[in-house]
Amino acid sequence: MAAIEILDLEKTYSVGFWRKKHKCALKPLHLRVDEGEIFGFLGPNGAGKTTTLKLLMGLARPTGGSARILGMEVDDPRVKAQIGFLPEQPYFYDYLTAKELLEYYAHLSGVPAGEIPGKVGRMLERVGLRDAAGVQLRKFSKGMLQRAGIAQAILHDPKVVFLDEPMSGLDPMGRRQVRDLIEELREEGKTVFFSTHILSDAETLCDRVGILHLGELRSVGTVSELTSGVHEKVELTWAGGAVPASLKALGAEVHVMGDTTRAIVPEDKQDAAIDALRRERLRLISVTPLRASLEDYFVEQVKPAQATAGARS
Amino acid sequence: MSPRIAYIAANTFREAVRDRVLYNLIAFAVLMSGAAILVGQISIDIERLVVVNLGLTAVSLFGVVIAIFIGIGLVSKEIDKRTLYTVLSRPVRRWEFIVGKFLGLAGTLAVNTVCMAIGVFAALLYVSNRFQRSDGWVLVALYFIVLQFLIITALALLFSSFSSPLLSAVFAFSLFIIGSFSEDLRGFAAISHGVTRWVATLAAYLVPNLSALNVIAPVAHQQPVAGQLIAFNTAYALVYTGMALCGAVLIFERRNLK
Repeated sequence: MAAIEILDLEKTYSVGFWRKKHKCALKPLHLRVDEGEIFGFLGPNGAGKTTTLKLLMGLARPTGGSARILGMEVDDPRVKAQIGFLPEQPYFYDYLTAKELLEYYAHLSGVPAGEIPGKVGRMLERVGLRDAAGVQLRKFSKGMLQRAGIAQAILHDPKVVFLDEPMSGLDPMGRRQVRDLIEELREEGKTVFFSTHILSDAETLCDRVGILHLGELRSVGTVSELTSGVHEKVELTWAGGAVPASLKALGAEVHVMGDTTRAIVPEDKQDAAIDALRRERLRLISVTPLRASLEDYFVEQVKPAQATAGARS
Repeated sequence: MSPRIAYIAANTFREAVRDRVLYNLIAFAVLMSGAAILVGQISIDIERLVVVNLGLTAVSLFGVVIAIFIGIGLVSKEIDKRTLYTVLSRPVRRWEFIVGKFLGLAGTLAVNTVCMAIGVFAALLYVSNRFQRSDGWVLVALYFIVLQFLIITALALLFSSFSSPLLSAVFAFSLFIIGSFSEDLRGFAAISHGVTRWVATLAAYLVPNLSALNVIAPVAHQQPVAGQLIAFNTAYALVYTGMALCGAVLIFERRNLK
């Protein structure tokens, strides 16, 4: 069953003093995320990721199309009781303590009053905020706020969790904790839809990813599916700092590092590159195939459009 | 009433308390103590009149300032700080949020007014040494002041649902001033002719009739307030507040959160 079903959802904002200019934030988006899936919504800043999440949360009204979560319309209160949401760079009521904040959200989510103290205590423990339970949020660090944000998103045991840039601004330890929490959610069978522009996190965590750019969904699939189409590359390393002239003609990226030189060439130019080194009697040290990363694919998807956009501006 | 409205109202009240809004009571206490002591020394036979006038005017002004300056931020602050996102992504309807915020601030103002009322009566006791039967009308004047707060809070919330805090403050404060002179506006409409008459009449009915809710002067002169006026003012304030809240809800329901 689909946890999230997006059908031609689009959003155009009217801008300017007279609201006569139109800015398309999201072109018709068609997407399906299955139950229990960890889905990464990737894209550079301004790609339309947050707009999509706002439309799914009912915070903004779509210009066209529709979306369903767990088979229900997004503004149905029944569906809202079954979803959790962490906004980008969350800012909570800073006059509340962490415990009060979670109690407040638990009440709003319809958690039975008798269950709230137990749930709040366990959640504070789970996100590592037990010792800060009585501290007002205005005294929290960025990392602690992010953990409080995740706690409020999963406190009421939702089936689908939406996280907008959950790793943004966190130090390596904080990112690790958030990654571990998402892994735990996967083990609990939750569906997690998270937006990010930190590709290594998406590569590690996601069952599937979607790449959004300039309000348009460019591709969707598993990381291996997406990267299989990227041109494979090979790294050649040889002794000395000499670089054959013909190597550059093959499109190699060459880096001289002390007494060795490294060149990255497309896989289909590997033999020609090795021949060029032999002709110059250079001593080959290693030939290493490079696995295409999600970053390579992402750059391939985003670069042409950015170049066009840059040329236009 | 939906329990979510009560939680939002309670949280709004808690915010006002923790943001030290009720600290205005200290300024009020200083004002009333100073006035009571000073009036006792410089006025003869009109101590009660001065204390009631000064006390009720201060209650009204302190409350209006709180209603406007907190009311204008009730929605816009939540949008700017994005605290609203985590509320509206839960099973909370937008109208419940507006009504909850309104009730929270109205509750804060009510508590504030009760504390100030105690101060006014304490000052009255100090200058008169005993309470009089006519002091009961001071309670009616205080009740009317609370009705004024309901209207002003609802208007501030209405403006806050579609404009910036600065513009909302200007609109709400302007309406408070015009509304305080609405009887004069009606009088002007009555003696005008042609288009001016129509425009003045329309304006007189659109702005809140706050002058009808101001009985400070007659109460200070120990004049009674008619039961009919109490009933009419109650109905008027509730209807006007309800309409302003409906306007705020209608605008907020359509709004895209940035």
